[in-house]
Amino acid sequence: MTEALFGWPPPVLDPMGPYAEPVRTVAWALSGMGALVTTLVVAALFVAWRGPPVWRARLGGQTSILVFGVALPAVVLAALLIWGLMLTAKLDRPAADGAMRVRVTGEMWWFRVQYLDPQGRVIAEDANELHIPTGQPVAIELASADVIHSFWVPHLSGKKDMIPGRTNRLTVQADRIGRYGGVCAEYCGRAHALMGMVVIAHAPDEFGRWWGARRAAAATPKPDSAGFALFTDSGCAACHTVDGTRAVGRTGPNLTNVAARQTLGGGILPNNRGTMTGWVGHSQSIKPGNRMPNYDRLEPRQLQDIVTYLETLK
Amino acid sequence: MTTETGFDPALYDRFPTRETRPDGELEELERIWCAPRKWGYFAAVNNNYIGLYYVAAAFLFFLLAGILALVMRVQLAAPLQTVLPPDTYNQFFTMHGTLMMFLFAVPMVEAIGILLLPQMLAARDLPFPRLSAYAFWAYLVGGLCFFGSLFIGLAPDGGWFMYPPLTSTAYSPGINTDFWLLGIGFIEISAIAGAIEIIVGVLRTRAPGMTLDRMPIFAWAMLVFAVMIIVAFPSVIVGTLLLELERAFNWPFFDPLRGGDPLLWQHLFWFFGHPEVYIIFLPAAGLTSMMVAAIARSELVGHRLVVMAMVGTGFLSFGVWAHHMFAVGMPRVSTGMFSAASMAVSIPAGVQLFAWIATLASGRIRWSTPALFTVGAMFVFTMGGLTGVMVAFVPFDWQAHDSYFIVAHLHYVLMGGMVLPMFAAFYFWTPMVSRRPLSERLGKWVFGLMFAGLHIAFFPMHISGLLGMPRRVFTYLPSSPLELLNFLSTIGAFMFASAVALFIVDLVRSFRWAPSEGNAGNCFDSGTLEWLPSGLYSTRSIPVVKSRYPLWDDSSLAKDVEEGRYFLPNSVTGLRETIVTSPIMAEPQYVEIMPGPSPWPFWGAVATAVFFLALTVQAYAVSAVAGIVMILCIMRWLWETDRPIRKRKVDVGAGIILPTYAVGRDSHGWWAMNILYIVMGMMLFVLIFSNAYLRGVQPEGWVAPPSWSSLIPILGLNALAAALAIAAVRVLSRRRRAGRRIWILLASAPLALAAGVYGDVEAWRSAGLSPAASGQGATTFALLAQQGTAVAFALLMGFYAIARGGRNLIRGPRSGTVDTISRFILFAAGQGAAAAIMPRLMVLA
Repeated sequence: MTEALFGWPPPVLDPMGPYAEPVRTVAWALSGMGALVTTLVVAALFVAWRGPPVWRARLGGQTSILVFGVALPAVVLAALLIWGLMLTAKLDRPAADGAMRVRVTGEMWWFRVQYLDPQGRVIAEDANELHIPTGQPVAIELASADVIHSFWVPHLSGKKDMIPGRTNRLTVQADRIGRYGGVCAEYCGRAHALMGMVVIAHAPDEFGRWWGARRAAAATPKPDSAGFALFTDSGCAACHTVDGTRAVGRTGPNLTNVAARQTLGGGILPNNRGTMTGWVGHSQSIKPGNRMPNYDRLEPRQLQDIVTYLETLK
Repeated sequence: MTTETGFDPALYDRFPTRETRPDGELEELERIWCAPRKWGYFAAVNNNYIGLYYVAAAFLFFLLAGILALVMRVQLAAPLQTVLPPDTYNQFFTMHGTLMMFLFAVPMVEAIGILLLPQMLAARDLPFPRLSAYAFWAYLVGGLCFFGSLFIGLAPDGGWFMYPPLTSTAYSPGINTDFWLLGIGFIEISAIAGAIEIIVGVLRTRAPGMTLDRMPIFAWAMLVFAVMIIVAFPSVIVGTLLLELERAFNWPFFDPLRGGDPLLWQHLFWFFGHPEVYIIFLPAAGLTSMMVAAIARSELVGHRLVVMAMVGTGFLSFGVWAHHMFAVGMPRVSTGMFSAASMAVSIPAGVQLFAWIATLASGRIRWSTPALFTVGAMFVFTMGGLTGVMVAFVPFDWQAHDSYFIVAHLHYVLMGGMVLPMFAAFYFWTPMVSRRPLSERLGKWVFGLMFAGLHIAFFPMHISGLLGMPRRVFTYLPSSPLELLNFLSTIGAFMFASAVALFIVDLVRSFRWAPSEGNAGNCFDSGTLEWLPSGLYSTRSIPVVKSRYPLWDDSSLAKDVEEGRYFLPNSVTGLRETIVTSPIMAEPQYVEIMPGPSPWPFWGAVATAVFFLALTVQAYAVSAVAGIVMILCIMRWLWETDRPIRKRKVDVGAGIILPTYAVGRDSHGWWAMNILYIVMGMMLFVLIFSNAYLRGVQPEGWVAPPSWSSLIPILGLNALAAALAIAAVRVLSRRRRAGRRIWILLASAPLALAAGVYGDVEAWRSAGLSPAASGQGATTFALLAQQGTAVAFALLMGFYAIARGGRNLIRGPRSGTVDTISRFILFAAGQGAAAAIMPRLMVLA
């Protein structure tokens, strides 16, 4: 995954949109406050130890406790609280009607991404990858299929939990084109550490082209090949859907455009023929515990046929 | 001067007495409080032993949890390592957190309290020594079994806060999670037992004249600590019971598909879980307040402010729990409220910090190892507190939450708030329990390594978190800044570990424990009573306290105490005893006869461990047998308490006459039972809250309650039980000879209670409610199960009354045993009524 996520500068301090931007200011301001207060405490300790007697006498009375321990923090905290409440309201406001709608569902251990029409119907499905246009807010509905997960793309916004039985709402917006890594932030079991995703922000016209290609991928019937036969016969289709074919499994990610994705395995591998072959054959050694069995019983030829088929899914 | 009990304070002027004490008194005290021999160490109940056992056991768990942390740090030293497979790693971090929070931090502060409090209050022991012993052994045996689950790969792996549904059977089918519930069960028992012990000890066994205002600040800290345990722990007790009921019997408390809600767990857990942090911090802050006074040789500046700050922390800490849940999508109003409370709680912390600095400024700092640790702790705690303010700022928390930033924050808080003060306290109070102090020279190295190590380990984690590293990950993908930061953290962790290793070397070299042979004495020139000359009997005589730092204010106090010139210079009944004083003014009220050594608390604890362990591995027959053995052991230990005493009035010195027995409001047992009722009342409240909460979030499909007329027999039966219980006390007080037959009333009242709860269960059943069908069913029947448990205890008490009555051990006009049983039945009757009424009302709401 995703130097975009773990690279320097830290994404929390390198925001890419209005829902993350203010928190950078907050982070620096609060760190500054922390440094000041720590310095104050160290200075006070130094005065208590080595200071001139007059200073020590002043510091050694109840008044200093009331000034430094009560009055000063009360003023600072009151200011912080007001700032915090105003900012909370601003960042938590829902996107306006008509904003692009997406549902992201946390599953053990990957993100199901569904693009919705204004009425909330699913129009396209993807996995571990969310494409958005820059410069406009995107309304994300967060759900869970099993345990509690949490959706966190630090470049774009703070995190929000995905809780079974509830739908949480989060608004994100990217103002610059780019790839922004995300992870599951709530411990969700065995492979929690390897549950990532990527948000790809396109310029609006570029996004339109991508969307057209994605719709086309769904509509194009796939030629029956040796690979497709193996794909269905080996059981892949029991869990995976390829739009427009008889593969309609719902357990695993929808593979309609798998070859066009940037990552594999829940955001942890780059997507190329080598990694795809490795994943299909031995996903358990790459991401122990994930819900897809190893397909090491396939002949190398058969594996290559399946991968060749998957590579046509763009 | 006003008095609380009618005691004439002028009597205090008779002390110190002039005449020399007769020979042989000291020898008798030594004989009565003699050191155990051979297997007797398992039967010891004296706080000098139990306290140190407890500290040692808690320290053992600190080491074990620390070793787990080191292995995890090796795994994370570089990306994509395979030192630990993911499953094992997940068990390791779950165990690390659970051990540190539940089996190290809380027991350690409780242990230090049990070790120090009687000494600081100049009591001979805590009021319920056998209860302390039981709590300790249950904790040790249970904790070791719990830790052992790691070696067979059955350790819990859901994280220390165990969020369902990850921990429900669907996603955690193994018994790993049950082991967690088991381990927590033990610590719940021992924490509650310890809290009762500490509250009654602090309020009722202070030396005469030690008014609340003169009480050492550590005793205040422990009082607030214990009250917080009483209020907070019931929430996690209920939470764990509900999770186990869901796992074992499929009652859907947390299953959204059947009218439950996973967030219910989070509320229950954090309502306990955040106060838990202050439960750990306050005692350590109390220790710091004591130590800074000695370090500066100056009274704590702002003593009353510090007391207010601690009480304030206690209150505020119950209003901050949901700051662990800012990311769950709460309404904005609640978010704001919890954010405000979370920020406000830093004010009392600031008061304490600046009171310490003021104290250091008002005196002269005498640098020593405890001084270094104390000042170092202030620095570290300040940093942890400041990141705490950062994460109380909601938009920042949305980024920082559940990332390594939080890992850094919580370790700073706990290191500065508890671990460093604990090491300071080890160095400071070792001369009280060992004939040799610890090495000042090595101690400075320990401090230096530890202080540097913790910054190197934990400071980089702030940045790892901002880089996007979530907590609880067994590995991470290659990325140069993250690799560097994690490598630093690993180095720091090993530096910290080397400091702990050096401390152990020092401990082995210097520590000489033999409580019957004296101690190294007041090395740090402290002013409080624990530094009086003492033996296993505590101090020879119990002084009259006239100020907050008696040793500084009365230079002849130590000598007078040692020569027996104060209260109780001998054993007046030939048994273990201490003076019970009034809660506010500490006026002497009566002499408590204390139970001596007994093996039964130990065997009771072993049976308790077997009981829970067998339950966990579903060996129900073994569990049933162990449960019976446990009850018999506890009854056997109780049997020797509440003995008829020949001497009803005794001279406790200077001609002051006190009774040897008390019942009702004056007695220490009455206080302990009332605290237990608060615990049970809180559990009841939490269960009612759970029912109401699910009514609020999952209102569909609730079954209409049984007809209101079904309430009449249920309430009637509970009222009947209450009437029988009241009658028992009345009859005994009017007819002294009724003792032999009073059991008829005490044994039949629980039967009425049982009939009442049975009727209620049947009424709900016939209304079509079943516990596995819905959240409503689960919470309603959980309430009835709580009442059923109380009824079972009442029945056991009925049997106990039969046994005591048959042996003619119940004597009028007032008997502690009858009082206790009667009051318990009254409580159960009230609870039965509440459990019947509330779930019916909830459906209407």
